[in-house]
Amino acid sequence: MGLLTPQDQDKLREAFGEMTRPVRLLFFTQTIGCDTCLETRRILDELPPLSDKIAIEEVNLVLDKEKAAQYAIDRAPALALVYEEVQGEGDKDSRIRFLGAPSGYEFVSLVQALLLVGGRASQLTDENRQKLAAIDKPITMQVFTTPT
Amino acid sequence: MAFASPQVTAFAVEATEFPDLARRYRVTGVPKTVVNETVEILGALPQDAFIDQALSGG
Repeated sequence: MGLLTPQDQDKLREAFGEMTRPVRLLFFTQTIGCDTCLETRRILDELPPLSDKIAIEEVNLVLDKEKAAQYAIDRAPALALVYEEVQGEGDKDSRIRFLGAPSGYEFVSLVQALLLVGGRASQLTDENRQKLAAIDKPITMQVFTTPT
Repeated sequence: MAFASPQVTAFAVEATEFPDLARRYRVTGVPKTVVNETVEILGALPQDAFIDQALSGG
């Protein structure tokens, strides 16, 4: 995705205005061997100007192995969304990750993830919430997409 | 799903940037969802069907 148009920026600014809590995007990057890291950085840089509740924190995959392992990230570019549920309590992991540059349709997914973690009501039905609450073992879901 | 359950972690993976992953999971069309390396869901499903299939791995 290229630079956002002023209309896009306005729409996003309005949507982000609904956020009730701050969200940090942990951006896992590496200096060498990451063709799309720069593109990802450019995309991400578009966001904080549109909301004071969105911040980017860059994490170097090589230099900060521990933090990468904490979020189960071993490739770049990658994003993890974290938030503070109670002020001062520290980061909570949303367990939402993006691998690869969030361009094209993935940008929409990223925006929706930001809104969700930022406090928007879930679209899950009560019945499905119950099913999810009953899960008793770790589940990893990988959703493969392409930019177009 | 991931946000609603502490057991679930969700990765949105851009297949063209990680061809080794796309190969490993035989991704020939998108979207394709792989759950715990065992359950595969092709395409986009309505919420109920998606969750039932995703949790069907046992």
